[in-house]
Amino acid sequence: MNKIWELGRYEKNIALVDEFGNELSYADLENENKKLSDVIGHRCLVFSLCRNEVGSVIGYSSFVNNGIVPIMVNSHLEEILLTTLLEAYKPEFLWLPKDQRNQFSNMSEKYEAYDYVLLETGFKKSYPLYDELGLLITTSGSTGSPKLVRQSYTNILDNAKSIAEYLKLDSTERPITTLPMNYVYGLSIINSHFLVGATLLLTDKGLMQKEFWNFFKDQEATSFGGVPYTYEMLDKLRFYRMKLPSLRTMTQAGGKITPELHEKFAAYAKEQGKNFVVMYGASEATSRMGYLPPEKAVEKKGSMGIPIPGGKFKIVGADGNEITEPLTTGELVYEGKNVTLGYAECGEDLVKGDERNGILETGDMAQFDSDGYYYIVGRKKRFLKIYGNRVNLDEIDRLIKGAYSIEVASGGTDDHLYLFVTDEEIADEVRNFVINKTKLNPAAFKCIVIDEIPKNDAGKTLYKELEKYYEQ
Amino acid sequence: MTNLEKYTNVFVETFEITAEEAQGLKYQDIDAWDSVGHMGLISALEEAFDIMMDTDDIIDLNSFEKGKEILSKSEYGVEF
Repeated sequence: MNKIWELGRYEKNIALVDEFGNELSYADLENENKKLSDVIGHRCLVFSLCRNEVGSVIGYSSFVNNGIVPIMVNSHLEEILLTTLLEAYKPEFLWLPKDQRNQFSNMSEKYEAYDYVLLETGFKKSYPLYDELGLLITTSGSTGSPKLVRQSYTNILDNAKSIAEYLKLDSTERPITTLPMNYVYGLSIINSHFLVGATLLLTDKGLMQKEFWNFFKDQEATSFGGVPYTYEMLDKLRFYRMKLPSLRTMTQAGGKITPELHEKFAAYAKEQGKNFVVMYGASEATSRMGYLPPEKAVEKKGSMGIPIPGGKFKIVGADGNEITEPLTTGELVYEGKNVTLGYAECGEDLVKGDERNGILETGDMAQFDSDGYYYIVGRKKRFLKIYGNRVNLDEIDRLIKGAYSIEVASGGTDDHLYLFVTDEEIADEVRNFVINKTKLNPAAFKCIVIDEIPKNDAGKTLYKELEKYYEQ
Repeated sequence: MTNLEKYTNVFVETFEITAEEAQGLKYQDIDAWDSVGHMGLISALEEAFDIMMDTDDIIDLNSFEKGKEILSKSEYGVEF
């Protein structure tokens, strides 16, 4: 098993700084990684309950660098959904924050470091793992579907190298965490910066908290990443007036930013001598597939850019043929070494090999302009991005039907999910059910009562007819 | 409606809670008051009192009580 990061190469550099005064050099990190992986001692599956904390990063880097396969899960995942996932994959260990240890009182404790504990699950059975399998990512962190993306060691390393190249990263970078570690965009920041010996600034605080900005300024953060909603918040915060001399780069991914905000942040960056980099990606491609070079941010607003180094895009029409005319819409297909192995839906799938052979049909509808810059114009599949989280609408419908046996259809636009039901009395309850399952802010959800869910003769829901209720 | 009622009402509407629950409420006490909820709260306060809040005040407003203190400052001039 090849190691992803040669941590020893940067032994004197600082790898991690957190808001509680902890500071770990690359040598310290390598040492902590070894202690943890020695306790586990063999290749197996571990559930990692993530937070932006030192213990969480030690777990992740130790596992990936030592042939132990982590499944990255948000530490706030609803308990029932977590139990379902555990039953489906039967990991040998759990790595989780100490303050959540009592959720698993029947499991025995094997190791502890930096407020994280290693628990042995006691599952009698374990599933065989494909040799190249390095990391497992949930497809929709929020609805707890057992479907996982299978990423290989090559995927992780190749994507991290490409990102470090196009963002021109070096050891002087100090990215501050703004995204969770169970989210590939968050991981890609860790992956690419550990390759170059940079310093990760760890905080679980959010943009709307004073502590976040104090930590940002004290530690002289050089970059952060954000989903479209992050930039809406920054806009609301009148970010443009803040004095942040250490800041060099802002990246954006996790959905399409509005052209207005794209323009505002590109203009701000240009004026202040900073970089604003719009990017495009998916967990099925490890993380990143495209980026808009910062010098083009103003000129090409609304575009997600060009393929990352080592990647290729093509647009494929409904007839399956490649579209070579500019400004013609088709499905975006990506080719590169970062295209993941495939999905797993149950423990038996973990032994599966590469099912994609480097080619990913993204499910996004796109076109390119005459200069070869790509624009996302729609989606083939029924999902929304809510605050950067992918929410599968069919899965939402299924969850509701499973719990209430009612007629329901969901729809909406990014950051606004609409639930259509026919029974007024149950509307509030259904809405609360979905809020509770997804653990996303209630502001994103509306429940609308209609007389009848529109369907065709074959009984298929006509989602298009629901659009009139939410399109402005 | 008094300013206090107006102020409390913003919390009630934004976070879908009762006026009693709003008293003494702090950032992240409830799921609804996360960063997304905070943005909604600020927008609603700005609209209710027809003000534009400063960055420092937006990130300083981390409780029901603190919010009253901030809005009472001379630049916003809300009297409770």
